[in-house]
Amino acid sequence: MILTDEEKAMRDGAEGPAVAAAMDLLIRYGDALGAQRLCDTRNVAGTSTQPSPLKAKLVAEGGWHKAFAVLNLDCDDAIEIPDMRVPTCQLQQGFGPDSAGVVPYPKEFVELQSDAEAFYGRRGVNILATCTPYQVGNLPVRGEHCAWMESSAVVYCNSVLGARTNCEGGTSTGAASLTGKIPCWGNHLAENRFGTHHIRVESGVRDFLDWGMLGYFAGELVQDQRPVVTGEFTRPDLVDLKHFGAAAASSGGVELYHLPGITPEAPTVEAAFDGPVPDAVVYGPRERRAIYEKLNDQGRSTDVDFVLLGCPHASIDQIRAAARALDGKRLHSGTQLWIMAPRALKAVADRSGYTAVIEKAGGKLLADSCPAMSRVAPPGTKVFATDSAKQAHYLPAILGVEAWFGSLEDCVDAAVTGRWRGGLR
Amino acid sequence: MITLRGRTVVPGVVEGEALVSHETISGWGGIDPATGTITERRHELCGVCFTGKILVFPGAKGSSGWSGFFQSTRLLGTAPLGMIFTVTTTKAALGAVVTRVPTLSDLDQDPVAVIRTGDHLRLDADRGIVEITRG
Repeated sequence: MILTDEEKAMRDGAEGPAVAAAMDLLIRYGDALGAQRLCDTRNVAGTSTQPSPLKAKLVAEGGWHKAFAVLNLDCDDAIEIPDMRVPTCQLQQGFGPDSAGVVPYPKEFVELQSDAEAFYGRRGVNILATCTPYQVGNLPVRGEHCAWMESSAVVYCNSVLGARTNCEGGTSTGAASLTGKIPCWGNHLAENRFGTHHIRVESGVRDFLDWGMLGYFAGELVQDQRPVVTGEFTRPDLVDLKHFGAAAASSGGVELYHLPGITPEAPTVEAAFDGPVPDAVVYGPRERRAIYEKLNDQGRSTDVDFVLLGCPHASIDQIRAAARALDGKRLHSGTQLWIMAPRALKAVADRSGYTAVIEKAGGKLLADSCPAMSRVAPPGTKVFATDSAKQAHYLPAILGVEAWFGSLEDCVDAAVTGRWRGGLR
Repeated sequence: MITLRGRTVVPGVVEGEALVSHETISGWGGIDPATGTITERRHELCGVCFTGKILVFPGAKGSSGWSGFFQSTRLLGTAPLGMIFTVTTTKAALGAVVTRVPTLSDLDQDPVAVIRTGDHLRLDADRGIVEITRG
């Protein structure tokens, strides 16, 4: 990899050992990719506060300096961690102190995380604590080079915002936050941003449920390539695109897609491809039915213990829709309902009265985290229902539970009756 | 003996037994670093341990937690001995870097098609060569 004089100086220790370790990791990583050079970034979204037994051990050995050095810089030594060089935010993490007694999350992790927030906050990490930083103020501009983790955030950043990021990890974002550099490879290069597959919708994608299923289909089809979707669909909003991308990133590894006429780098279907438009793979009623059944093949018992909404973190409109669906209802005695949201939007929901409606029905609006990240669900959960294709994909493996996937209405019905009665309409 | 040539992702030389996955692997939500096993329910290798094996797989999928989970296998002593993958992505490349095991990609033949589970491999990632011996 070709390094600038500034980058060489960083590598050689001119700015201290932490920056040197960061540059060493970026060079090893860039070489592993076959990158030609690094590019400058001023927007990092990573994770350093998330508690784990391993992190607790490292903190006990050498404090947060050591935890960051080992886990975020891939360095073996406890080195002094300076302020972040460029704007950096914390993504979703474990549950916070307000969830104590509500969520079965270990108390020692809550305490560890509070310590972490204090340490990293002092060094300039914005504790947004959400998988959707773009919903609460971190909005890169078109063409901006970013270093983001979190597959659903990466695909949104690339596709909807037209900014440029690869799917980074804990160490590469840690190194980027201290150097303002990231390998200029993959999605950072214009020639790698054109579509590879053409999907034509012939089933009428019209709501949130449909966008999730279409995303799951697209991810399975293209794996980590770049789908371009045309055909019969109603104009998606933030929530639809958030769900579509998250599902595509779960079933495959999609980091970038184009919706001609909607997403910024594809004014037309021709512009989405670098060359002729390929033949389309059809997403029709048969494919729609098949993907619904696939998303529901991890459910057997229809007795639902737990309903989960909001993955990626719910928008304020999703919270309002859930409150509306729950208004005047009461959850089944054996069923819990959690809605996951960014803390900043929970504050808006509190003020708007939505939280009170949800809580009156027996549901909970929770911030910062999710059951997949924290690996907790209500005690005794065996069967859960969700409107998130991503959670239906991951949670059975993470928590060993059965999963049902459906619409918000089907999920609220399950929460109220304790039974899964969802179906494809 | 079959020899494949590829691009060095992480240098180093190891010898050991191959564990071949024909499906891409999820790191976060797909493996348990404490035991070094694949846990994704629908995966062909669900329940299989990769510790001490040379993991041969088409590539990484899913969450960006991929590299962090494989880094944890190194820190917890459950890491694979080496890696060989077909498609280079940031997840797989960074994952191999922080697992710090000899790794190759971009081979002249598809390693997942050529190598079989149980084959003895000599993975020379310094020179970009993997030698396959079938018992």
